[in-house]
Amino acid sequence: MIKKKEKIMRLIFLFSACTSIIAVFLICIFLFANGIPAIGKIGVFNFLLGKNWKPSNELFGILPMILGSIYVTAGAILIGVPIGVLTAMYLSLFCPKKMYHLIKPAIELLAGIPSVVYGFFGLVVLVPFVRNYIGGNGSVMLTASVLLGMMILPTIINVSESAIRAVPLNYYEGGRALGASHERSAFFVILPAAKSGVFASIILGVGRAIGETMAVIMVAGNQARMPKGLLKGVRTLTANIVIEMGYAADLHREALIATAVVLFIFILIINLSFSILSRKTI
Amino acid sequence: MNHSTKMMNPVSNLKLWSKDPVSLILRILVWGASGLTILVLLVIIGYILYKGIPNLSLDLFDLEYSTENVSLMPALINTVMMTALSILIAVPLGIFSAIYLTEYARRGSRLIKIVRITAETLSGIPSIIYGLFGLLFFVTTLHWGFSMLAGGFTLSIMILPLIMRTTEEALQSVPDSYREGSYGLGAGKMRTVFTIVLPSAIPGILAGVILAIGRIVGETAALIYTAGTVADIPDSLLSSGRTLSVHMYVLSSEGLFMDKAYATAVILVILVILLNRISSYTAEKISKG
Repeated sequence: MIKKKEKIMRLIFLFSACTSIIAVFLICIFLFANGIPAIGKIGVFNFLLGKNWKPSNELFGILPMILGSIYVTAGAILIGVPIGVLTAMYLSLFCPKKMYHLIKPAIELLAGIPSVVYGFFGLVVLVPFVRNYIGGNGSVMLTASVLLGMMILPTIINVSESAIRAVPLNYYEGGRALGASHERSAFFVILPAAKSGVFASIILGVGRAIGETMAVIMVAGNQARMPKGLLKGVRTLTANIVIEMGYAADLHREALIATAVVLFIFILIINLSFSILSRKTI
Repeated sequence: MNHSTKMMNPVSNLKLWSKDPVSLILRILVWGASGLTILVLLVIIGYILYKGIPNLSLDLFDLEYSTENVSLMPALINTVMMTALSILIAVPLGIFSAIYLTEYARRGSRLIKIVRITAETLSGIPSIIYGLFGLLFFVTTLHWGFSMLAGGFTLSIMILPLIMRTTEEALQSVPDSYREGSYGLGAGKMRTVFTIVLPSAIPGILAGVILAIGRIVGETAALIYTAGTVADIPDSLLSSGRTLSVHMYVLSSEGLFMDKAYATAVILVILVILLNRISSYTAEKISKG
């Protein structure tokens, strides 16, 4: 009797362990089955490299959105990475213990703020600020990049911090023994030793930024045309899906799902490089 | 290992910095960046509380949503229901899955590797992809329509990797001697897991669950096309209902009730801060034993 129960429980546990495999499998099947045919109908080159997205004219080129996503993400990385890595350096090598107990929860909170709240903050603070002091109508690439830069900070800080902390103390001691100051040993001995972990944090940040949806929609302007500059509106892949999915039908709808396929492939590549890099970390 | 306490000695550094400006610059950079990070948080939270608190009023907590009074109460109730539903689905699956990985499977077996990789993949997928999958699978293929059920299932897949990982960590931190003691007293595998290992891992699991609740409360993109945006309390699990985050997105994109959007933002931020504090409080409890 007990043996039978044990066996049944074991099977239940085994089945549960397989749910994540089933989930990934289903997600792939449903996305690809619904999106790939559209790419076939539109043509791979017309779809990926087409410069015009005009669903009413049956023009489905997503190059503007691909570039939009890449530019906005690049901007976010330019803003988020230096601040994030330097903050991680502070937390792991410069911070007094008391200060650490104040800052660490603050960063956890920054990670916990919902993206719609970030987006709202961007809409009511950053957009008017850019419009009044920098130029454009405010809902532009620059605003989206700054907002995303803020949003990826916690990711970069947390992953970089643990990479820096994983560097053995004797690296630091070696630096000091050769006469380098605390700051020099930190930046020129410890940081280079932690570089693969820091790169992993950047890649994770890229993943976050490229997949972010709500916050970007609220501040980026969302015009479906080739990105023209920092002070012009852009539309990202994610925004394209959310904005048009509500009313799209037939090929238009399939083209949106195909947009998600492209995004999904980006994310898979990013995940893969992250896991390769983080395995290298000491 | 804690480098910082050993290395700090700011006063004697003053002399050194005058000789070595590079060190000074590096230190200023580090200070400046951390200050900026904290500033970002303070400005966001401060601005939302400052603008939102004056907009909080009792009408906002009316049970009925109408075009004159865009009450957030239905959305708040929907959020609680959505959270309960997703947690109910994901927590047992996540815990059982972690039990299999830590207690049953052979270390380094192929199944473990595949589960790890898929869980990692799941945690990297952006929420809009989950939303689209939910739309294609639960809403369309299973004919559930825009419904709480479709939203709940979509979110439970989304939080599954988080629950799995935190539970696994919690189970791994239970000392092997507990298990050996239990076997020594003649208990079977299942009894050991349920009466010895799992209870000692509860605080860690709880911290993960609360973190997951935080993600559910803040989620928007995965819900718009699965649970829909109807602003009332749903009659059944197969009716549509918007959560607080979706409510806030709709309000701010319509732009008609910005004062109400501010107020909703306050409620959301307070909820998230509370959940965050409870989660780290439970996590601290474990580390103290």
